[in-house]
Amino acid sequence: MTSMTISEKILAKHADQPSVQPDDLVEVRIDFALGNDITAPLAIDAFRRSGAKHVFDPERIALIPDHFAPNKDIASATQIKALREFAREQQLPHFYEVGRMGIEHALLPELGLVLPGDVVIGADSHTCTYGALGAFATGVGSTDLAAAMITGKIWFKVPPSIKFVFYGKRRPWFGGKDLILYAIGQIGVDGAHYAAMEFTGQVIDSLPMADRFTISNMAIEAGAKAGIIAPDEITAEYVKDRAKRPYEFYQSDRDAAYSSIYEWDVSNLEPMVALPHSPENVRPVTELPEIPIDQVVVGSCTNGRLEDLRQAAAVLKGKKVAPHVRCIIIPATQRIYRQAMREGLFEIFLEAEAAVSTPTCGPCLGGHMGILAAGERAVATTNRNFIGRMGHVESEVYLSNPAVAAASAILGRIAHPDEVR
Amino acid sequence: MKIKGKAWKFEDDIDTDAIIPARYLNTIDPKILAAHCMEDADPSFAGSVKPGDIIVAGKNFGCGSSREHAPIAIKGAGVGCVIAQSFARIFYRNSFNMGLPILECPAAAASIQSGDELEIDLDTGVIVNHSRHQEYRAHPVPPFMQELLKVGGLMAYVGERLRQEGAQ
Repeated sequence: MTSMTISEKILAKHADQPSVQPDDLVEVRIDFALGNDITAPLAIDAFRRSGAKHVFDPERIALIPDHFAPNKDIASATQIKALREFAREQQLPHFYEVGRMGIEHALLPELGLVLPGDVVIGADSHTCTYGALGAFATGVGSTDLAAAMITGKIWFKVPPSIKFVFYGKRRPWFGGKDLILYAIGQIGVDGAHYAAMEFTGQVIDSLPMADRFTISNMAIEAGAKAGIIAPDEITAEYVKDRAKRPYEFYQSDRDAAYSSIYEWDVSNLEPMVALPHSPENVRPVTELPEIPIDQVVVGSCTNGRLEDLRQAAAVLKGKKVAPHVRCIIIPATQRIYRQAMREGLFEIFLEAEAAVSTPTCGPCLGGHMGILAAGERAVATTNRNFIGRMGHVESEVYLSNPAVAAASAILGRIAHPDEVR
Repeated sequence: MKIKGKAWKFEDDIDTDAIIPARYLNTIDPKILAAHCMEDADPSFAGSVKPGDIIVAGKNFGCGSSREHAPIAIKGAGVGCVIAQSFARIFYRNSFNMGLPILECPAAAASIQSGDELEIDLDTGVIVNHSRHQEYRAHPVPPFMQELLKVGGLMAYVGERLRQEGAQ
């Protein structure tokens, strides 16, 4: 038997081949496909122009208006209406709107719609998030989504795999976000160009699913095709009550081939911040000069999960957001929203004078709900800090974990959570 | 197929937010998208680019989001081809699906400057720089991608297969 990585095994299985190797061109069956209010309108347009009448399987497609939802303007409302009409016409059960929705990459795992061993494609670059479940998941364009909605298949070039081994003992406040920012800082925004990043080691083994989702989510920020974590007991515990169809756990063979292997001891690492205007521009928060800020955003498909909100709340408890700072907290799904409310997190946020929003991607991509003016600076738990990403081209975004974002909101400058007393 | 035009030079890691900012993604109209093409990298671009002009960039062009609006905006602006040292994965794939010619050519990306007069032969991958009297050879387009281009992009490919299955 040929030795394979977890990514190669999943692709081989879905291509009905005994094995695959990097650079092979394969056509694979997909288990699930998704689109959002920005990308699905183009896919629906291509679907209609193709002459196709039906999607391959209505149960395996999700349409989720989350980027400019709740409808930010008339044009956005029109796009979302197109999704709604297509979902109704094709009788798609997985169409989730305001009141039922969530940010796609938080919602689909939460609902058990994407599962270990799956091949998932999404017309959204952060589709790689589901790699945390041990799935091969990757972002594609709208036309690829249209073709997959019709045929249930997609062609891939099998990517080489790069292995990342994290070992040592994490310091307080150092989590999944810091691990992935550190990795991107080390290898650069094209350091994993076209490759599958595979995250392993004792540090990964001990991380809860929330942190694993954050890590896989940002694989695209290193140019990767996928960011995968082999499933274990923690994965099993997460999926067992959510899955409504069979799933499979794959592991890389011991002697599987990697194009490169990185091994990092995290024991002495501090929480990380990515400075403007690139996710590779990473520094430990402790090494930054005084950087005053205007806004903090805690949320997004990267860090809008319950565990992230708990971290922010732990820092914000009994404190006030600095007078000149806006702090916006966005639970990623309705379920997270309700649970945060039940746990009393909203009381902490509101007491701290932070604003709590309904789920949306909103400010992460400069859509709505927290746009920056020229010269303004934000700390955000999101995934990109490109020029103009959150608003004006002369605004700045600093990426961090939720605890650093909360500490920064309180002190009005980028701060380590330990600085909050 | 031949393309002739003036070069517009951009740096490394031009992301899709620079190619078409998210604030314009509430439409799929190619004309509106084209009017804002490259706006956050060079605000003068969309107003001055001429049909057939060529974008030349460094490594990792088109990194970031999966938005197909990026190649649509570039194509809509009349750009004949994008040459880069390398392309981000999703952008590469989207460009073929959209029928936007793109070429990977590190030598061309390094030598060409803004304003250079270029002539590209897409069939051979040869890029001639008339301003500098240089010639560069791009990485050949992978055979499968050539086949996609030949049938007219991914949807034409899928449509053809649907017709074949219908005929069976």
